[in-house]
Amino acid sequence: MSSDTKKVLFGPVINNNPITLQVLGVCSALAVSNSMANALVMSVAVMMVTAFSSMFISMIRNQIPSSVRIIVQMAIIASLVIVVDQVLRAFSYQLSKELSVYVGLIITNCIVMGRAEAFAMKEKPLVSFLDGIGNGLGYGAVLLTVAFFRELFGFGRLFGIEILPLIQNDGWYQANGLLVLPFSSFFVIGMIIWAVRTKKPEQIEKD
Amino acid sequence: MSNSTSKNKETFSRTLIFVFIICLVCAALVSVSAISLKPMQKANKLLDQHTKILEAAGLTDEANKNGVGATFEKYVTAKFVELKTGTFIDGDHETYDERSDARDVTKSSVVKDHDVGLRRRADNAVIYLVKNDQGSIDTVVFPIVGMGLWDIMYGYIGLDADLNTAKRVVYYDLKETPGLGAEVQNPKWKALWKGKKMFDENHNIAIQIVKGGAKKGDIYGVDALSGATLTSRGVNRTIHFWLGDEGYGPFIAKFGGKLNNGGLN
Repeated sequence: MSSDTKKVLFGPVINNNPITLQVLGVCSALAVSNSMANALVMSVAVMMVTAFSSMFISMIRNQIPSSVRIIVQMAIIASLVIVVDQVLRAFSYQLSKELSVYVGLIITNCIVMGRAEAFAMKEKPLVSFLDGIGNGLGYGAVLLTVAFFRELFGFGRLFGIEILPLIQNDGWYQANGLLVLPFSSFFVIGMIIWAVRTKKPEQIEKD
Repeated sequence: MSNSTSKNKETFSRTLIFVFIICLVCAALVSVSAISLKPMQKANKLLDQHTKILEAAGLTDEANKNGVGATFEKYVTAKFVELKTGTFIDGDHETYDERSDARDVTKSSVVKDHDVGLRRRADNAVIYLVKNDQGSIDTVVFPIVGMGLWDIMYGYIGLDADLNTAKRVVYYDLKETPGLGAEVQNPKWKALWKGKKMFDENHNIAIQIVKGGAKKGDIYGVDALSGATLTSRGVNRTIHFWLGDEGYGPFIAKFGGKLNNGGLN
C-alpha cells in the first residue's frame, strides 16, 4: 500500500476525522450511539454509502453539468441509501427496526455529501472509493467509541452482553440514565474532541 | 478535459438529458432492490411476529429448539374474532392488517375509553389459539395496542385457557425511552406477569400495575417499571381497555373457562 493510499484510507480516522475535526455528521452520531450493535451497523451503512456514492460520482464527474451537480449527487446518494435500507430490512430485520429512520437520514449526513463535493468531484474513482471507506472508518471509530461509553455505563452492557450487572437484575450497578438519552453523546463527543486536540494541538482552530 | 467538452456539457438540452439518464438509472436501481428483496423482508416480518406470539404463549424455549416456523405451525391457529359480539367469524387473517383497519371508518369504531389514547380501534381482531402437546387449547394470545409515553405501543398478551391467568405481556413495536419505558421489553419484567389473574371472583378487571412494587403474593398486582411511571400507566390502561367491553371483554365472557369444553363450537 503506497503512503498516499494509506493517507486517504486512514487519515480520516484520527488526523482528519469527519466528526471530531470537521464536525460533520454529528446528528446521527447522537441518535444511534446508544448501543454498540446499532453503532456498528450504522457505521457500515454510512461507509458503504460514502464509498459507493463517491465512486459513482467520481466516475461521471467529467459529465456532470455544474449547474445541477448537487442535485445529481443527492440523487445518487439517496438511491444508495434506499438500497442499503432495503438490504438491512431483508437481512437484519431486528436492527433495521431499531435504526428505523436513521438509516434513511444517512441521505442528510453531511459526511457523504461533503466527500462527494470536496473529493469525488476532483479525484479518480478508485481513490474516491478509498476516501469514502476512510471517512466511513473515521465516522465509525467515533460512533463506536461513543457507543462504548453509552452502552457500558448507560445499560451496563456491551453488544448486548451484560458486563456490569444492573440493580434491576439483582446486580450492583446503578445505570447512568443520562447516558441512555441521545444528548449525552454531546458530552462524550466533546470529551473525545478535547482528548484528540490535547494530543494534536495542530487541530485547534485559530480564533 | 478539453475546453470544448466542458463548454459543451453546460448546454440546456445536454443538462436535461443527463439528469434524465441519472434519474432512470437511480430509479432502476431502487426498484430492482426493493422488488427483489421484498419476499425476504416479508418473511422477516412474519418471523418476527411469530416469534413474539410464541413468546407471549411461553413457547420461546420450544421455538429455540425446533425453529420458530415449525413451532408456530405445530401449536398455533390464527382466528378471526368480531370484538363487539366476541364471536368467531370468517375472514382472511393473512391479509388482515390491524393498523389499516383501525384507520378505515367502515372497519373500525370510535373508542369511548379515552384513557387508552386511541381514537379508533378495528372492529375485528386476529387472535391466536395455542394448543399444547395433547391437542387442547393451552393459551390464547391477544394483540394489544395502546398509548405509552411517546407513542402507540403494539404488543401481545398471552392468557391461559381460562382467559384469566396471564402468561406474558410482550411488546414488539414501541418508541419508549431506552433504559426506562423500553424496559417493558426486559425479560425480568415480562416474567412478572406469569400467573397473575386478570379478573377477580366477580369478573371485574382486577389486574393493576403497582407503582413502588406489588405486594408479595398479590395475584392481581404487577410491579411498575421504576423511572417509567407514564409508560407503566400506559400499559395498565392498555390492558384494562383490551380486557374490557370495547376490547376482548365479550369474547372472554363467552369463552372464559369453556374453550376446551366444546365452547369453540
